[in-house]
Amino acid sequence: MKVAIASGKGGTGKTLLSVHLFDNLMQSGEQVVLVDCDAEEPNDMIFFDGKLIDEAEVLQQTPIIDTDKCTFCGKCHEYCNYNAIFYLPPASMIHVIDELCHGCGACNVACKFGAITERPLSLGVVRNYQIRPNARIVESRIKVGVMTPVPLIKAGLKQIRNEPFVLLDSPPGTSCPFIHTILDADYVILITEPTPFGLSDLKQSVETLKTVGKAYGVIINKAGIGDSNIYDYLKNENIELLMEIPFDKEIAYHYSKGELLTEYNPKLQSDLNNLLNNIHKKYGTSNN
Amino acid sequence: MELAIISGKGGTGKSSISAAFTSMQQPVMLADCDVDAANMFILFNPTHEEEQVYIGGEKAVIDYDRCNNCGLCISYCRFDAIKCVNNIVHILEEVCDGCKLCSRICPFEAISIVQNDKSRMYSGSFRYGKMVYGRLAPGEENSGKLVNIVRAKAREIAKKHNIENIIIDGPPGIGCAVVSTITGTDHTLIVTEPSASALHDLKRTIDICNKFNLKIWVTINKADINPDMTEHIIQYCKENNIAIAGLIPFDKSVVEAMVQCKTIMEYRPESLAAKAIITIYNNILG
Repeated sequence: MKVAIASGKGGTGKTLLSVHLFDNLMQSGEQVVLVDCDAEEPNDMIFFDGKLIDEAEVLQQTPIIDTDKCTFCGKCHEYCNYNAIFYLPPASMIHVIDELCHGCGACNVACKFGAITERPLSLGVVRNYQIRPNARIVESRIKVGVMTPVPLIKAGLKQIRNEPFVLLDSPPGTSCPFIHTILDADYVILITEPTPFGLSDLKQSVETLKTVGKAYGVIINKAGIGDSNIYDYLKNENIELLMEIPFDKEIAYHYSKGELLTEYNPKLQSDLNNLLNNIHKKYGTSNN
Repeated sequence: MELAIISGKGGTGKSSISAAFTSMQQPVMLADCDVDAANMFILFNPTHEEEQVYIGGEKAVIDYDRCNNCGLCISYCRFDAIKCVNNIVHILEEVCDGCKLCSRICPFEAISIVQNDKSRMYSGSFRYGKMVYGRLAPGEENSGKLVNIVRAKAREIAKKHNIENIIIDGPPGIGCAVVSTITGTDHTLIVTEPSASALHDLKRTIDICNKFNLKIWVTINKADINPDMTEHIIQYCKENNIAIAGLIPFDKSVVEAMVQCKTIMEYRPESLAAKAIITIYNNILG
């Protein structure tokens, strides 16, 4: 069973929920892997000690243009759909802007003069941590300065083996990185907060999930702050409210130290247990 | 003067602080560059004076009248976006990166490219001046480009109306949208909070800012939630020569203000958070 934890708005508790669901399954002895897909700012490992079992750079084939062989015909520039080839024929100037390159290989196909070769450029790393014999965390981490996290997310997801429980901690938002994270998920938990910003971003997430056709439910975090509009929205749209996590400074304090709340908050623990059981009953039978 | 408000970690209070800054001056130009989760329009309810379609990338589509399922495109696609199921070639729309290579090499000219045209840029007026914001359609990429367009429009309008200050509400993370938000600004304020996660994200955010030689400031929001961690962050900033613009205490009025669709300055100007934000603003623009 693959469950993604996502939210349009940042800071609503994706990581809080991911690490506690993971801890819950790990403590129950289940085979579980948590993939931290928030490659721009991966935080899941802050909460665990684990052994780094392997790490691999995520490489992208990026072109180099040999100006001795180049005839400045401009074909590669024309083929590049990302404006990554700077081309100024009168000055016999051509070069690749690495930051804009997506590594699609189109320029290489375009060049008829053998002027383009490729070299691997690092976009970041994917690390594999063994937390317990039955529990792993995979962390995708983009290199500072790299523009898109998508290749890192894809590489992280490839590290999933045949664990019966897979948790995906999604990056915020509803654009490409989010879509790539949830694509293979059986179920998506959207976590939000009961504020106008939380509601607006939740609506956007819901619209996106409808287009992709995913099963989903909502957790309201920091319940007690804000207003009740979000509850009305869920009711009107017939969206399942999976659980509420009350606003509590104590939670914020322990979380801020990078500590799990398990010891301090048995209610959260039992709520998460029920949540996992319910999702598993409904969506855990797929072959993914 | 352009001031961008960003944070590596989401939910640290960027938008509440941007909104507060916005309501401290008139006229002001507000650019909401959190195009993936734009929220400023909720507080400020701007008029729609202009709407612009933004092409957020392209996707390949197969014309099955021409396709003979030879699978050549599959061997060229580096994004694993083309699959053959039951001898029928399919392009996975969500995975396609829009590089167009498949359409170029297809011997039967069976692949065409369609543009993603659901994203929008809006501009208009609101109670403190002019505002531009972008809304990226679900699943679309190139948010950095949309941010660039929002910022260019904001500069254009500000110039036309002689508005001196541009406040930019930025996105979370450190990717292309953030880079587009901060490049060339006069000041960048990083909003963090005293938590292990936020500190980790702050360090990466500082790294990305340093690549562009920016004047950066840090503020620690909800600083009293964990005083030890706050002290730790202050030390970290000192060691790295980064100016602390000020600390903001946890204050329930911030959320209450948002629920009322008001900024903290409008809702409770005498609150501790409002006073702290005024100090921060004065420190930055001093």
